[in-house]
Amino acid sequence: MEKFEPTIVAFCCHYCAYTAADMAGSMRLDYPPNVKIVRVPCSGKVDAIHIMKALEKGADGVLVAGCLEGDCHFKTGNVKALQRVTYLKPFLEEIGIEAERVQMVTMSAGMGTRFARIATEFTEKIRELGPNPVKAGGAAAPQRAAS
Amino acid sequence: MKTESVLEKVLASGELAVTGECGPPRGALPEVVKEKAALLKGYVDAVNVTDNQTAMVRMSSFAASVFLRQMDLHPVFQMVCRDRNRLAMQSDIIGAYSHGINTMLCLSGDHPKFGDHPMAANVHDLDSMQLIQTVRGMRDEGRFQGGAEIKNPPKMFIGAAANPFADPFELRVARLAKKVKAGVDFVQTQCIYNIDKFETWMQGVRDRGLHEKVYIMAGITPMKSVGMARYMKSKVPGMDVPDELVKRMAGVSKEQQPQEGIDICVESIERLRQIEGVAGFHIMAIEWEEKVPEIVERGGLYPRPQV
Amino acid sequence: MITAERKPMDEIMASIDGCGRILLVGCNECVTVCAAGGRKEVALLASALQMASMKKGRTLDVREMTLERQCDPEYVEELAPHIDQVDAVVSMACGCGVQEVARRFKKTPVFPALNTKFMGASEGPGIWAERCQGCGDCLLGLTGGICPIARCAKRLMNGPCGGSTNGKCEISDDVDCAWHLIWERMKELGIEDRYEDVISAKDWRTGRGSGPRKIIREDLE
Repeated sequence: MEKFEPTIVAFCCHYCAYTAADMAGSMRLDYPPNVKIVRVPCSGKVDAIHIMKALEKGADGVLVAGCLEGDCHFKTGNVKALQRVTYLKPFLEEIGIEAERVQMVTMSAGMGTRFARIATEFTEKIRELGPNPVKAGGAAAPQRAAS
Repeated sequence: MKTESVLEKVLASGELAVTGECGPPRGALPEVVKEKAALLKGYVDAVNVTDNQTAMVRMSSFAASVFLRQMDLHPVFQMVCRDRNRLAMQSDIIGAYSHGINTMLCLSGDHPKFGDHPMAANVHDLDSMQLIQTVRGMRDEGRFQGGAEIKNPPKMFIGAAANPFADPFELRVARLAKKVKAGVDFVQTQCIYNIDKFETWMQGVRDRGLHEKVYIMAGITPMKSVGMARYMKSKVPGMDVPDELVKRMAGVSKEQQPQEGIDICVESIERLRQIEGVAGFHIMAIEWEEKVPEIVERGGLYPRPQV
Repeated sequence: MITAERKPMDEIMASIDGCGRILLVGCNECVTVCAAGGRKEVALLASALQMASMKKGRTLDVREMTLERQCDPEYVEELAPHIDQVDAVVSMACGCGVQEVARRFKKTPVFPALNTKFMGASEGPGIWAERCQGCGDCLLGLTGGICPIARCAKRLMNGPCGGSTNGKCEISDDVDCAWHLIWERMKELGIEDRYEDVISAKDWRTGRGSGPRKIIREDLE
């Protein structure tokens, strides 16, 4: 029986989270290859639609990683990101997608260990949760642009 | 005299008037109305009949008032603006008058949110001020609010509520002035526990000569328990219960509290009757009507004048 | 502006049950301002409906369009080329827009994705509050620019009632007592003496009372 390998998309802000991920790499810390990193200038750049599209295209879990509270390079980007993630969760529950699949996390640029730990723990949590229910029916997300 | 109302006669005579209250039942139970009313007979000049109080459906104030008339009591027919449009209100007024009901109270009505039908549309076609104007027009000009002539216009003695304790306090005298302008004949105040504050309001009222334009009846409600005192202090909007009163109620045993509440009531009457401009008392002993005779007697208000 | 909020997802999904192709139409005006039915919200709803469909093993053909206004026939016309290729239209406009689309395309069912709420103004980012009920006979000049019909829970024209406490309405601590606000404004404007003018019974004919209303400007026809 094949073990389910979740696909995790992690939107990481350039100034802190992405740098922490980089540091984890330099420190040769292990973290699961399931985590696909998308670098953004600020976690505040991540909008609800980005998270939705990630899930629609089959991601099993989405992380939004920003700077520690009070330390956002753009002042309040991480605050806005948290507000958006919080607002999105009940919306996901309404369509039968578990709110736990999306999470906002924070860290400073030097926290390589923290990045690795979060990446590992989140991957395991999503593994336990199982595959994203949108894949359950066997249909694939259509490729089309909005008009 | 503007009307045949017994209440008007007592007030006009210069004697302190006394009114009681009767809340109709939540069902078709005429006996409940008659029993409550019987407890008050002889001790009050008129009995207020509430109208879907706290936005809970009850036997209509009109129907209950008719029962009181049949017992030769004099109802103060309460009408709220929340449940009826101006057609229904004027229709009920001429209907009530046709049954010998000649005294009424014009009120806004508690919001439906507090009652058993929070989903209902609240009407408020007219507000209480405009209802006073309407009833005054029906009586003195013999015309409906829309302008047409009324055949045998209702001669209603018009009352309203006054609350010296609601916010903002600075507006409370102006509000009474406004109701006088609209045409009110008498007001009954919210129940008084903070007599000092009431005296301040009365001073403002007298400064403007309003006590000579409207009969002011002081509201009194006996407290049954310290729990009731605390509830009224913190949960009822527009109610002012001083700490000393709560302490006093808490200071006696549970069995003693009802009597303490009655004693406080009687002491209040003593103090309030000394205030210039107080024309009478409105005793709201809700679900405790059997205590009204004691309050009236000990308050020095018995027997009631025969007018 | 007119405010609205998205309907619960199960209600929207139930309305398009059985439809394989839908046209999801937003509006660039009021519902964009209150973040309920603009371009962004159309994209979000499209994604959500798609995912809900995929869970059941189907893909939904969702076309997304956002019109300048849905309450004007010229803009609604822009939907014409797509209408025969869809089973239903889901409109993210206010009730006015939904009805305009339905009026134009009589053979295609139109479903609302929003619950239209009230005419209001913004009190701050993300906060909109009711301000006007379209009574048709504006008395704001008498009440210092604060509407007792829209903002008083009992639409009193000679308030406040006895339930006003600490400047708040008896129905909730979150609701200002409109008459308290009006009184304070009257003081600021120095017109307190006008408080005692009794505002007489309102003629509701200028409002909804006399049936659905219409304005016709012959100079513009």
